[in-house]
Amino acid sequence: MSVLRRNSFDSAAAASRCRRYRRRVLEISRRVGALHIATAFSCTEIVDAVYHGLMRGSGEGPDSFLMSKGHGAIMLYVVLEDLGVLGRADLDAYCTEGGRLGAHPDFGVPGVAAASGSLGHGLSMALGMALAERVSGGGGIVHCLLGDGELQEGSTWEAVATAASLGAGNLVAVVDANGFQSAPWRTRDSFPAFYPLGAKFAAFGWEVAEVDGHDGAALVAAVHGRRGDRPLMVVAETVKGRGVSFMADSTAWHYKVPKDDEYARALAELEEPA
Amino acid sequence: MRSAFSETLYGCAREDRRIVLLGADVLPPGGIGRLREEDQARFVNVGIAEQAMIGIAAGMALKGLQPFAYTMATFSLFRPFEFVRDDLCYQNLPVTVVGMGAGIAYTTLGATHQAQEDVAVAGALANMRILAPCDPAETAAATAWCATQRSGPVYLRLGKAGEPDLTAAADEPFAFGRLRWLRRPTQAAQAGAAQAGTSVAILSYGPILAKAAALAERLRDAGRTVSLASVHTLKPLDEAAVVAALAAHDTVVVIEEHVARGGLAAEVVRLAWESRATCALHRFTLKDEFVHCYGTPDQGLAAHGLSVEAFATALGV
Repeated sequence: MSVLRRNSFDSAAAASRCRRYRRRVLEISRRVGALHIATAFSCTEIVDAVYHGLMRGSGEGPDSFLMSKGHGAIMLYVVLEDLGVLGRADLDAYCTEGGRLGAHPDFGVPGVAAASGSLGHGLSMALGMALAERVSGGGGIVHCLLGDGELQEGSTWEAVATAASLGAGNLVAVVDANGFQSAPWRTRDSFPAFYPLGAKFAAFGWEVAEVDGHDGAALVAAVHGRRGDRPLMVVAETVKGRGVSFMADSTAWHYKVPKDDEYARALAELEEPA
Repeated sequence: MRSAFSETLYGCAREDRRIVLLGADVLPPGGIGRLREEDQARFVNVGIAEQAMIGIAAGMALKGLQPFAYTMATFSLFRPFEFVRDDLCYQNLPVTVVGMGAGIAYTTLGATHQAQEDVAVAGALANMRILAPCDPAETAAATAWCATQRSGPVYLRLGKAGEPDLTAAADEPFAFGRLRWLRRPTQAAQAGAAQAGTSVAILSYGPILAKAAALAERLRDAGRTVSLASVHTLKPLDEAAVVAALAAHDTVVVIEEHVARGGLAAEVVRLAWESRATCALHRFTLKDEFVHCYGTPDQGLAAHGLSVEAFATALGV
């Protein structure tokens, strides 16, 4: 089955979907300020690949996806909208009174596996979900998306060490390594001791794969090719703000809202090629 | 109490495969340990990693399981506080956080191991319920309730070991959310005492209720008519029963192994004010201090001013 699925991940179709997802994020950004555009753009291909290449079902089946970097929620919502789990009206009411979608995932929203937003929680919850699959014999794989910034949370490393010790082979984590966080400096410059990232997880007994985080096919292949006897950490090298030249590789668009001309320029860059 | 918890949970776990025990290096003695041999996936020692323990418990509950997260109260509630808040309470998941050795039970280990403010901390959290049984039998009943409820998180506040039986002859059974009268005078005696102005109600919870029972005896010996209640459910508090107790007695005494702020005594004061109670009210709580007493638990409580002698003196008997 895994071979079939790998072959079935169509990179061209994924690229088209991801352009569309980014355009939708920008469209929503016109109406509300509480948006993390750049962080959504760094994980676009990852979330797309999880839902279109890895998960059996959209969260209602045995497999799960937990977005530990909760500030990427808008990308999750956009993908869930595309899959029909959330409605257009839901996203149009993003961060408004009466809407049910906030800037961080809220438990109870269709398709949202767990409430997140406070960093350093998601990996433990994902591990618990993976262990629960063992108890119930459900056979589900649990996918978890981490930000590289939340690797600074000690609780993340409690989960890292515990997951490997407990042999959670049905846990697949991906680090969106975009190299920036809230402070205006590169994470690599502020916290050089965290690098290289992959070696840290390998030292704790995880299988580690390193991929271009904007190549969904590579991510899918890495996950399908895993050993399965221990948790897998995919270090996905990404570019914050990827997809729009003037948003890329900068912290400026962590919170910023595009002005009219910026919106137009960004949309132009994300048009489907003729 | 630990053993009663453990044996009861094991019985429940045999009936319900959703029940899972998570421990953080400190594990319950006896009973539930057998689960480790029978179904290893349902008895998980996460090591000294309490934030992970609470997160894992949440993840398991999200998948439909019924986890118990067990360690000493300081480490099951205080260390992973924000995980308890966000992962369990915000998501309103049926996870029982077991705070073992709560209050100042671990006198010899010092204040790092003493949870003297856990009721205030847990009680401030939306969706959280608090159960604080007073003896092994009540612990068994509370544990069984936790194991069978699906409505949200619970903080189960336990003592350690060797607590005496206080409830075998109780007037009322354990019922979640209900103040439990352990001893009440006959209606005639109560009416007579009310006329004479000698009726006393003592409200307490947890292992210190043994001292409350001893005080009750002293008061009876001195001619008072005494009612004694285990307020095992601290949240949601049985407010109607507290208000009724305030109205029906000349004197109400609250005894708790917890600081004054955010505990039962503070709630009783609030209810007394709101219900315009006219009874005398005596509150005995831990001090707002870290007391450096490394003796027995009784000596530690005495250093906080909590002894039967101190209570009796304050009440003039």
